[in-house]
Amino acid sequence: MSILIDKNTKVICQGITGSVGEFHTKGCLDYGTKMVGGVTPGKGGQTVQGLPVFDTVEEAMAETQADATMIFVPPAFAADAILEAIDGGIKVVIAVTEGIPVLDMVRVYEAAKASDSVLVGPNCPGVITADECKIGIMPGYIHQKGSVGIMSRSGTLTYEAVWQTSNLGLGQTTCVGLGGDPIVGTSFIDVLKMFQDDDETESILMMGEIGGTAEEEAAAYVKEHITKPVAAFIAGRTAPPGKRMGHAGAIISGGKGTAEEKIAALEAAGIEVAQSPADMGTAMKRAIEKA
Amino acid sequence: MGGLNRKNMKIHEYQGKELFKKFGVTVLENELARSPEEAASAYTKLGGKVAVVKSQIHAGGRGKGTFAENGDQHGVQLVKSAEEARQAAANMLGNHLVTIQTGQTGKKVNQVLVEAGCDIARELYLGVVLDRESKRPVLMCSQEGGMDIEKVAHETPEKIFKEHFDPAQGIESFQVRKLCKKLGIEGKTVRLADKFMKALCRLYVDLDCSLMEINPLVVTGDGDLVALDSKIDFDSNAMFRHKDLEAYRDLSEEEPSEVRASDAGLSYVMLDGNIGCLVNGAGLAMSTMDIIKLHGGEPANFLDVGGGANADQVTEAFRIILSDENVKAVLVNIFGGIMKCTTIAEAIVVAAKSVGFTVPLVVRLEGTQVEEGRKILEDSDVDLITATDLTDAAEKVVATLG
Repeated sequence: MSILIDKNTKVICQGITGSVGEFHTKGCLDYGTKMVGGVTPGKGGQTVQGLPVFDTVEEAMAETQADATMIFVPPAFAADAILEAIDGGIKVVIAVTEGIPVLDMVRVYEAAKASDSVLVGPNCPGVITADECKIGIMPGYIHQKGSVGIMSRSGTLTYEAVWQTSNLGLGQTTCVGLGGDPIVGTSFIDVLKMFQDDDETESILMMGEIGGTAEEEAAAYVKEHITKPVAAFIAGRTAPPGKRMGHAGAIISGGKGTAEEKIAALEAAGIEVAQSPADMGTAMKRAIEKA
Repeated sequence: MGGLNRKNMKIHEYQGKELFKKFGVTVLENELARSPEEAASAYTKLGGKVAVVKSQIHAGGRGKGTFAENGDQHGVQLVKSAEEARQAAANMLGNHLVTIQTGQTGKKVNQVLVEAGCDIARELYLGVVLDRESKRPVLMCSQEGGMDIEKVAHETPEKIFKEHFDPAQGIESFQVRKLCKKLGIEGKTVRLADKFMKALCRLYVDLDCSLMEINPLVVTGDGDLVALDSKIDFDSNAMFRHKDLEAYRDLSEEEPSEVRASDAGLSYVMLDGNIGCLVNGAGLAMSTMDIIKLHGGEPANFLDVGGGANADQVTEAFRIILSDENVKAVLVNIFGGIMKCTTIAEAIVVAAKSVGFTVPLVVRLEGTQVEEGRKILEDSDVDLITATDLTDAAEKVVATLG
């Protein structure tokens, strides 16, 4: 078991004919992901990396019965592409695209919640189940099959955490990049529920950052519902208020969303908080030993 | 990926009021002035009664703020003659206004808005923002107009009234009536509020704002509603569909190095410390700042070169970091995913030649093509300190400062 995706997951790529889409389709194929096709409006009939390209998701679904989609469509058209994926009934919709207008995401978020699809992202590195299926832009080789479920609002910081847990021999089940935007389809809480119900996942490591209240909400949920050991790291202790730190969602505004508040909430919920980003793997280990 | 990292665009009060007029939100008559003489003639043009001269900068707290060059002059001043308008503008223009939001050096005032006075019966607050928790825009009102609204929200949240709305539908009339009841707005003003609040929510959605505030929103003696101030920020990610708003951008209000970085597709924020950072990924960039601080150093900047940066962008990133004269050492922290370690290593070699490193450089590479990347650095004659992991990197860069 794992969450969201596994070795049987059939995947299409929306935006497969673009250079980024093609590059990462190849990366996923190399990792062993069952890529079955792609969609680019107006380019149906072409072949990319040996995969058939379709004009619409509807057509791609009829031909491939895909379970998941990986979206690399440019920001101006990405909301439409996500809506098309939801309309097409794809179960797992992973939007990597960065820079989608936030009001577009208000609409898309409501459509996703009203459907049976799970939207991950946007502005995220994707989802990977170690040794089984990689959907996204993460370097595959740093992952190692194991027992830690990882979720994060940041890309490279997730790689750092994955690397540390691999080096400690803990390994990972599934790693979920939630995305750095103010509105994302899947929250920490959504993934916590999945990890709690997953037999293979024995412990959970989460990486949050300044801005919003997603970490505080997750802390409250962990306290009430999660029985597995949880460790966390929050990026941005030194970030000044009112300045956006790269991610559209990483901003302390109106005195809210500071790292201190988040760390206090996590610690109050009994979560092992890493003080240093070099200490994420060892914090996970401490949490496991304490349990 | 250029331009994606641009921060949310801010505009001036006078520009916000132009947009208000366009959308049917009532504002007072006003004239923009760029010289004392223009301010004097603006006063006369507005009817020669009471007027207000307001400094135009991208920061709040202008009324309470004073000038670095003249501590008696506030950023906003009531005037009763053309001569007074001329004098107020002369005191403001070209000088630096220091407010709670500007920092000690203040911001240079290049233009003032001369606005007709009005009969103020009540001052309210009105704002529209995105509520990240409910994932919808929210219209917020308070009777505490003219106050620091963040303070009100923090200390007495019950004094702020909220109504969420669907961007496609806008705010509904019954929601406006609920807010009016709580604000103590009555009679014909309720009908005016319906038009006023609907227009504001429409503006917020149609122009992809990320923040809109009117503080204060005034109820006049006659029961009219007037936006006495305007603050509007736009979602930079949506600017591709609002090309006309580009003209509102005022580069003189932005930190030059941050403008340069955004032009190069880099995400950069200048800070007060002395250790420059070059990192890939926003979360890792923040974490790198954090670990420097944890080991007793102070980061000079946030800099995310992004996942797909090329050698030119990385070289430009080094130039920007080194142009900050506070920088006494640089830490490069790359976890290669899409970004190959070889790209960064080659860029370091190029930058060493073309930019010239005058301060110690600590480099930590991990991830895609790390061995090849390390070899490029070893084979070059660039003087640098290599680090094996995050802690090692932070300790070494702090140690270079003695």
